[in-house]
Amino acid sequence: MNDVAEMTVEEREATLGGIGSARKRKEDARFIRGQGNYVDDVKLPGMVFGDFVRSPHAHARIKSIDTSAALKVPGVAAVVTAKDLEPLGLHWMPTLAGDVAAVLADKKVHFQNQEVAFVVGADRYAVSDGIQAVEVEYEALPVLVDPKKALDEGAPILREDVVDKDNVGQGPRRHPNHIFAWEVGDADATEEAFSKAAVTIKEDILYPRSHPSPMETCGCVASMDATNGVLTVYGTFQAPHVIRTVVALITGLAESKIRIISPDVGGGFGNKVGAYPGYICAAAASIVTGLPVKWIESRMDNLSTTAFARDYHMTGELAADENGRITAVRATVLADHGAFNTHAQPSKWPAGLFNIVTGSYDIPVGHVKVDGVYTNKAPGGVAYRCSFRVTEAAYLIERLIDVLAQKTGIDKAEIRFRNFVQPEQFPYQSSLGWEYDSGDYPAALKKALAAVDYEGLRKEQAEKAAKGELMGIGICTFTEIVGAGPTRNCDIVGLGMFDSCEIRVHPTGSAIVRLGVKSQGQGHETTFAQIVATEIGLPSDDIVVEEGDTDTAPYGLGTYGSRSTPVAGAAAAVAARKIKAKAQKIAAHLLEVGEDDLEWEVDRFKVKGLPEKAATMKEIAMAAYSNIPEGMEHGLETTSYYDPPNFTYPFGSYICVVDIDRFTGEIKVRRFYALDDCGTRINPMVIEGQVHGGLTEAFAIAMGQELVFDEMGNILGASFQDYFIPSAVETPEWETDYTVTPCPHHPIGAKGIGESPNVGGVPALSNAVVDAFAQHGVTHMPMPHTTWRVWQTIEEHGLNK
Amino acid sequence: MAKIPVKMTVNGNAVEELVEPRMLLIHFLREQLNLTGPHIGCETSHCGACTVDLDGRSVKSCTVFACQADGGEVLTIEGFKGDDGGLHPLQEGFMQEHGLQCGFCTPGMITRAHRLLQENPNPSDAEIREGLSGNLCRCTGYQNIVKAVRYAAERMNAQQEAAE
Repeated sequence: MNDVAEMTVEEREATLGGIGSARKRKEDARFIRGQGNYVDDVKLPGMVFGDFVRSPHAHARIKSIDTSAALKVPGVAAVVTAKDLEPLGLHWMPTLAGDVAAVLADKKVHFQNQEVAFVVGADRYAVSDGIQAVEVEYEALPVLVDPKKALDEGAPILREDVVDKDNVGQGPRRHPNHIFAWEVGDADATEEAFSKAAVTIKEDILYPRSHPSPMETCGCVASMDATNGVLTVYGTFQAPHVIRTVVALITGLAESKIRIISPDVGGGFGNKVGAYPGYICAAAASIVTGLPVKWIESRMDNLSTTAFARDYHMTGELAADENGRITAVRATVLADHGAFNTHAQPSKWPAGLFNIVTGSYDIPVGHVKVDGVYTNKAPGGVAYRCSFRVTEAAYLIERLIDVLAQKTGIDKAEIRFRNFVQPEQFPYQSSLGWEYDSGDYPAALKKALAAVDYEGLRKEQAEKAAKGELMGIGICTFTEIVGAGPTRNCDIVGLGMFDSCEIRVHPTGSAIVRLGVKSQGQGHETTFAQIVATEIGLPSDDIVVEEGDTDTAPYGLGTYGSRSTPVAGAAAAVAARKIKAKAQKIAAHLLEVGEDDLEWEVDRFKVKGLPEKAATMKEIAMAAYSNIPEGMEHGLETTSYYDPPNFTYPFGSYICVVDIDRFTGEIKVRRFYALDDCGTRINPMVIEGQVHGGLTEAFAIAMGQELVFDEMGNILGASFQDYFIPSAVETPEWETDYTVTPCPHHPIGAKGIGESPNVGGVPALSNAVVDAFAQHGVTHMPMPHTTWRVWQTIEEHGLNK
Repeated sequence: MAKIPVKMTVNGNAVEELVEPRMLLIHFLREQLNLTGPHIGCETSHCGACTVDLDGRSVKSCTVFACQADGGEVLTIEGFKGDDGGLHPLQEGFMQEHGLQCGFCTPGMITRAHRLLQENPNPSDAEIREGLSGNLCRCTGYQNIVKAVRYAAERMNAQQEAAE
């Protein structure tokens, strides 16, 4: 009946290349040949270029803009300013957080490199000449750089446009530079626990401002077709469908006349979630000129204007009994959001999912308070390879538990065992409001400790310490919260955070699968085909996965916050099961038995008790278009919109060993062992690759990444000369390992992996550095742990004598 | 701005074009010749996404003028192929060892690795890391890139031996 009839069940299963297979990636074929299609590769007939005149000041009034000389530059077609966009209502745009952000500076600039005018011209060189020729007169204003001074009485008022508003989208505010105050937990009960505690610790911990800086910067090509009124925008969008809706809301165009296409995206890491002035200006310029307009961000623009991350000034406190058992956690946070509140979080969560700050520990009570403020810095507050402020929360609790260990004299592994949520407590209700789905934290840490010979390392450390040498062992036992999210509490601009998958099975037994998310390197074309292959028994090699074109893909909320596998991956499994349910009816018809007489085996329905009587999915596919039961509609296709019942909670146990040169302050990561539990593993090769990449980004953040400003608000070092991107030379070797605790509510038990190594990696590295100095009474050292800073700590304690 | 003629060989093909003297090689390749394999990642010669081979040396084509390549021989990712016309061992290595994710750095990475293996056909892991230190990647953590280059080195050395 078919060519696999001779194969064993196991061989047939292997042929599918389904869940668990380390199959090679489908997308590689074009990338290794240089045939990827990234946005800057898009070239349309008649296309012109656009780029920005940017402000040299961090805070200034615009007295005048003279475009006359620029318009005389050969090749320059137009210079657009806020005044030109105002009649279209496009000079300001709404942000995902309920605030507004300037598209082009309107009377004032609020941060250095802010977009002031958009020059359109024949090519990049003409545009560059035009930018030089635009004359802008500024009147400098006092600059607010330090968020701790933002709410002072005499602080410069930044946002004159909202000065009279007592709410800028996320609740009441108490000062013109205040954005929101967010509180969760029980303040009184927490205070009581602290007052009764045998031990308390408190630490000021800054998670500095960093930037996701994917290798490809942001950009777009906008093209308005005057003949049919359709606006097509190719761009670096992690969430193309949301962008389409936002463009419809901003421009008033019918959403059906907007087509958003995310072609190949060269990494995102949160940088490409938001809507930026470049997109709006390119679209407006195309609408006005009738020509396709390309805008591609430079690296300096990328680092200095679009989507910074973190900038959380945290004070963390733990209360504990004499055995190191934590009785309460308290976190007070000042969040620097820059000039406009353009952070990308689900609407109801002004501090994202920061209340996951209880981490992997069973902490009976807690309280969190976060205040967001404006400063004269670029707007943002995106999640850099993390799920909505989870990185900040994980960093805080994993640093705090180390501080507690040092204060109580309990070993840093032991104190974690004493506080873990136990396997039998799942589903676990945290005191700050989350229901953790599943986990086995003690097993993971035990495995990790054994893998690195933890006792041996501690012995070695003591021996080295006796000789004055610096060796540190960092442990991080993190829990994430990803897969946003249940529509009951997660939305973006009111859109529920479901995701979607459409499957069409063709007559000859191959399929196309389209999803509402968008890969930026995660390998969706490979892994989502594996999910569908296992579910419906067709080889993954014959399943094409498509994403990113809003005209063809079903509506979805996009890829960030490790939501692709937890949400769209679930939609793929559910859609596949709908296909399978119809296939079963067709099989019953073909085999002339009742549906209940059939059982599924790898790639076919078999008649129970008559194993030779079977219909393969391939045969069923053909029948769906040729021989169906009476009353059934033809075809074999379906769409699923999946609303996750809960978040997923991946976790891990990381151990890092560092050796520090006590004369130079140089840190060498001797060993880094990462055990991850992401539930069901879809493609081990892809998982390992994601862990390597996430750990390398964690290494970058912990050891060097920081966007620094001087007192005038000048950004210092917005290029790869100064902003640390580790090369192959600095990057350590990574060891990976895993346990599998399936997610109980996900159709295939998967939890997501992409961000775990960043969330867990940063504290592991930081804890290792601080641990090297723990014997000298050091409880915290500010990130990033640059050689200079580490040397200062050495010097301060006289360890280089 | 007045244009000047340039002549060069790109991936084995003779090319004659007019360019502005200030036109960068990367823009010439990508926009005038439609060779969009090499990418622009930083414009300051740090990231290496624009790496091409010029007269037997790796160059960051974002900081080389097209006219500097006049009379030269340029190799971009589009010019890579195996002896049998299929994949080059480096392309194969990157795929087999999962040496890429988003793919944006890959053309520059492969082009640079090619020159490295010409200079040192049998590099140690440390030499591979050093040799690729001008090419940044944000997705892979480099570990599998090192493996990919090693894979290619072994393959190319075996081919070399078989030919001798």
